[in-house]
Amino acid sequence: MKYVDEFRDPEQARKWLEKISALAKLAQAGKDRPLHIMEVCGGHTHTIFRYGIKQMLPQEIELVHGPGCPVCVLPMGRVDDCVALAEHPEVILTTFGDAMRVPGSQKSLHQAKAEGADVRMVYSPTDALSIARKHPDKEVVFFALGFETTMPSTALTVLQAEEEGIGNFSLFCNHITIIPTIKAILDSPDLQLDGFLGPGHVSMIIGQHPYSFIAKQYKKPLVISGFEPLDILQSIWMILSQLKEHRHEIENQYGRIVQSEGNHNALSAIEKVFEVREFFEWRGLGSIEHSGVRVREGYARYDAERKFSIPNLKIADPKSCQCGEVLRGTLKPKDCKVFGTTCKPETPLGALMVSTEGACAAYYSYGQIDSNQIIS
Amino acid sequence: MCLGIPGKIIEITSTENKLARVDVAGVKRQINIACIVDDDHPPESCVGDWVLVHVGFAMVRINEEEATRTLELLRKMGEMQDEIKAMQKSEEDNS
Amino acid sequence: MNSRVGKASITLAHGSGGKAMRDLIENVIVKSFDNPALTPLEDQARFDLKELTCRGDRLAFTTDSYVVDPLFFPGGDIGTLSVNGTINDLAMGGAVPLYLSCGFILEEGLPIETLRQVTESMKQEAEKSQVSIVTGDTKVVPRGAADKMFVNTAGIGVIPKEVDIASTRAKPGDLVILNGFIGDHGAAILIARGDLSLESSVESDCQSLSRLVQAMLKVCPDIHCLRDATRGGVATVLNEFAQSSGVCIKMDETKIPIRDEVRGVCEILGLDPLYLANEGILLAIVPRDCAEQVVETMRFLPEGQNSMIIGEVVEAPAKRVVMKTSFGGERIVDMMVGEQLPRIC
Repeated sequence: MKYVDEFRDPEQARKWLEKISALAKLAQAGKDRPLHIMEVCGGHTHTIFRYGIKQMLPQEIELVHGPGCPVCVLPMGRVDDCVALAEHPEVILTTFGDAMRVPGSQKSLHQAKAEGADVRMVYSPTDALSIARKHPDKEVVFFALGFETTMPSTALTVLQAEEEGIGNFSLFCNHITIIPTIKAILDSPDLQLDGFLGPGHVSMIIGQHPYSFIAKQYKKPLVISGFEPLDILQSIWMILSQLKEHRHEIENQYGRIVQSEGNHNALSAIEKVFEVREFFEWRGLGSIEHSGVRVREGYARYDAERKFSIPNLKIADPKSCQCGEVLRGTLKPKDCKVFGTTCKPETPLGALMVSTEGACAAYYSYGQIDSNQIIS
Repeated sequence: MCLGIPGKIIEITSTENKLARVDVAGVKRQINIACIVDDDHPPESCVGDWVLVHVGFAMVRINEEEATRTLELLRKMGEMQDEIKAMQKSEEDNS
Repeated sequence: MNSRVGKASITLAHGSGGKAMRDLIENVIVKSFDNPALTPLEDQARFDLKELTCRGDRLAFTTDSYVVDPLFFPGGDIGTLSVNGTINDLAMGGAVPLYLSCGFILEEGLPIETLRQVTESMKQEAEKSQVSIVTGDTKVVPRGAADKMFVNTAGIGVIPKEVDIASTRAKPGDLVILNGFIGDHGAAILIARGDLSLESSVESDCQSLSRLVQAMLKVCPDIHCLRDATRGGVATVLNEFAQSSGVCIKMDETKIPIRDEVRGVCEILGLDPLYLANEGILLAIVPRDCAEQVVETMRFLPEGQNSMIIGEVVEAPAKRVVMKTSFGGERIVDMMVGEQLPRIC
């Protein structure tokens, strides 16, 4: 596969790991702990575990898995609202597969479906719109979630619905934005992060500039990174170079996809349909200012929150969970009190155990291989 | 977050609605190309373009030059490592 | 495929025990499956014990139900699946499959032509593996009480004396063999359902593995473990072996054959091909010294032509499957939680 396989070459990987090892020693010198690099994005977490990159890195580097899994950080109350929507008899609730198993306080969409709600998995919001076209007698609600990467697609789908005059389609909007959340993490008092792997696909939409405060104000390096394993190794090397040279800049490793100014068409579609919410609730992180968007007044008829009455209850995260600490990088998943005991992928308590992209689920399923035990 | 995969546009199915067919390793699907077209790049000009596909939308056109540049850099750095090692080795041999 | 829809459909009368039912059984089902044990239409099939005892010293007996949606898909249909699935379940115990039963649950309104196509597929697949469908049952349920048609097959086979295959028998030093491309069936079904609007030419790998297993046993009667990687895929079977035998299975990602299109489907939907279902893929654990010969023998047959040694059994970490990734790293391959869902993130 073009643009994929060449970035998975194990021969190159070996060479880069040697370089990273040498550089990590220099960059970490004088520190009494390993260098903490946060990969903000769940896609990076996935690649890191999928290819066993974590185990390949030298001990001077510790990867911290960030909040970039939109499914994981969805608060229970919102899942409950979505289930309530799905249970309206006239509603066909359409969703990405990821959201099917996310537990609400009572049930997940999966359970709601089993109990008779019409819940359908789609690959694209445009498929949800097709369902609306096919069932004019039904109300088709699309469970819109994801960061800036996914926002243009739902925005464009709403614009398409408007153009065709389709009235039985709406979004239950749970889109979130990454910048305020990175800021919230940087503001946490117990912060121990030395640098960031920036989310490549969010950046292809928003560009490079929105990150500049991280370098200027917080003096941390961030390298926008692609999702193939060599992309990640190169990005780690770029962060280490900055650390060694005491630089803190926003750099772009993912030039084949990310342009510094982002994608104009995508941004204008977002701007047209969505507006920033004052606050949005994150599972594990609490309420974060300006971290979510909702459908603008002008498109109210495509907004499920305005179209239907939903319970809109706030459900507190389970007390035993330490997701917030894991998300901020102050606690490793396996050190959480409930990790692997009451909180497992089949019965997730906390946000990060919910999707395979979640840090805890990734730790749990891909496992921490005890290197002493392996006979190679 | 945000699964995206490179694919090649093989056909424009609707210029008006900005729809195209994309090929990902032999798997085909209709996608929306609104994010990658403008006056300089009308839909008709998109056939043959490599794009990044996310949830049924072409999000960006892949920059071939940049991809090649990154790959060259990846390779060059790897080779440099060999040179460094060779240098270190020759120093050891000489001492 | 259902071009004659409306010409004649299954009605509740076809399940009533009366003339309509007898006509259906005789004209559609028995006509397809025709064989000496079935044709008398007694309530049970009868066969000579000598037929069985001359082939081995143990019976293998298994049952499986088939509810696949859609009924017809590239590379097979519910009929091919229900015959080969049960044959394979017998074969994985080292048994020579001999007899199958066949139970249909039909939804009222199902075109009779659909049933005919399915029974025809069943007949063809049974013949290929020299298996007879010797007894059966048909029930009709009201519209909505079942989805078009469900099939249950049970199977009987005989295990030759020297064969002792069990998931508990993997030993450190053994090698792991896979017979071909993985994930074809899972990918083909996902695409055939149509709700993801993907197009590809991937076909289900649905096939009988009986002949392949017989050939393997000829060169290595002491196969330790054998299982077909159906639901849950290759990853699940290897985990079952590792857990039952208390060993670690180390596999090499670069050795596992995957078609480009299956990879494409997986990349688009964020799925892991190791967990995709197969219907013609087996995993065998054999003693190291006969592994090469087994693989060579397998490659002579079409269902084994892409056979590979994909890994080895080691001691630790016990009850784990560890994969050397194509990138040079290592990771644990765990059991799957629930079903694999397409993801965006």
